[in-house]
Amino acid sequence: MSGGPPVVDARGARCPVPVIRLARAARDLPPGATVLLLADDVAAWSDVPAWARMKGHTVTLHEDEHWTEFRVVLGERRTDRGQADSST
Amino acid sequence: MQTLLHHLRWSQAGQRYRLGVARSPYDPQVSGLLDAARGPLHPLAAETFDAALSAGWADPTRLHPPGRRARALLDGAREVLADALGVRPDELSVHGSPESALETGLAGLRHARRRAGSRVVAGATERSVLLLQPGVDAVVPVERTGRVDLGAYAAALDGGDVAAAVLQTANAEVGTRQPVPEVDADCREHGVPLLLDATASLGRDPGAIPSRAGAVLVGDAATFGGPPLGLLAVRTGTRWGLPGPRREAEQGREHAPPWVPLVLAAAEAWRQTAAVTAAEESAARTLVDRVRRAAAAVPDVEVVGDPDDRLPHVVTFSVLYADGEVLLEELARRGLLVASGSACSSSALRPSHVLAALGVLTHGNVRVTLPLGAVSPTRADDIDRLCRELPDAVAAVRRRLGTDDL
Repeated sequence: MSGGPPVVDARGARCPVPVIRLARAARDLPPGATVLLLADDVAAWSDVPAWARMKGHTVTLHEDEHWTEFRVVLGERRTDRGQADSST
Repeated sequence: MQTLLHHLRWSQAGQRYRLGVARSPYDPQVSGLLDAARGPLHPLAAETFDAALSAGWADPTRLHPPGRRARALLDGAREVLADALGVRPDELSVHGSPESALETGLAGLRHARRRAGSRVVAGATERSVLLLQPGVDAVVPVERTGRVDLGAYAAALDGGDVAAAVLQTANAEVGTRQPVPEVDADCREHGVPLLLDATASLGRDPGAIPSRAGAVLVGDAATFGGPPLGLLAVRTGTRWGLPGPRREAEQGREHAPPWVPLVLAAAEAWRQTAAVTAAEESAARTLVDRVRRAAAAVPDVEVVGDPDDRLPHVVTFSVLYADGEVLLEELARRGLLVASGSACSSSALRPSHVLAALGVLTHGNVRVTLPLGAVSPTRADDIDRLCRELPDAVAAVRRRLGTDDL
């Protein structure tokens, strides 16, 4: 995997652990970088896209037979941490 | 206001069954209670229930005096509860739970319409008991606010083979109101009977059921300070019938009559709550607005649901990098009792299907369902305390999980 994007293997971990480990891996990467998450917790299907939306990242899902691969491309770092109302 | 039994001119004769046991004052211990999806009884509903244990214990189908008295009380209570749904008493049946009322209401529509179709059109955020019914195969998606996608709903009605449609008046978890008049009009146009699930709204949100909307209506007495009883109304002229041998009780919709003291408590709760609904609504809305602002001000917290077009007494928000169960415990430690739709905080293996359908965070979820003012005299103080404690409680949970640096 050397040279490829960093991979967070959170298979077997339950919510909110996959998102926490993904956020930790993404923290020190520059905008535009890619990070992969492998997870099999059903909550990750909702939570990873929701996290990406809140943080301005883009995510695509690839279903495997037993888990899901989430490919996250990091957006510009946001400074408005408190944002907030999903409906606005 | 006088209580229902007094109103129905019930004689005090039943009192002799008390055997001289001193009655303990009704104390549901609600301090800090901010999870009233099933709240304690309204104090006067509890009083009526207590009296009805003596006056209304009998089987209302019996012809002896206690049976006739129970029948008279049940008839009086039915009139009151029919008024709650805006229907006639002979259109209303009472069921052991709101889930049972929903299931029965839909089953009767499907069976009566089995030659017209087999599918049931339902939004993605309907209650689980409805989504699990036969015929609900594909659900209609909702917007990020939780409001059902009207175009997709109409397209599902267009699809043919439709037996019935269901729509909640508002969602109990996120509070968002549904476009009831629009969906009702669409269903009429397609000749499809609509089941309106008002279990989250009744007694909390005046006007939740537009007059004559829906073919079948369902409510939950717990929403307005009664016991968790299901109220089912089938409007006259609706094609409706259950499979199997004819049921004898409750307009042919139940196997046995309900226990009258429970129905009386529900009717009393409606009378008391209906008398103050407008004031209750605006007070609840003000308190919930404060929670919405306080939660939105905490870093990485998302307040969920429509900010305006919503139930007055429900608010939910999700806390990034926090565990729902730990958050609940942290708030409980501070004397604040809330609910959560996170998988990790309930016996469910899956997170709330409502939060997932909205596409919002399912972890770190906190839900407040405000108790009625008459049920919880301390609720304004409790909301004060929640708003004050929330930033610190979230920070404490993130510190414990080692996520405060994210």
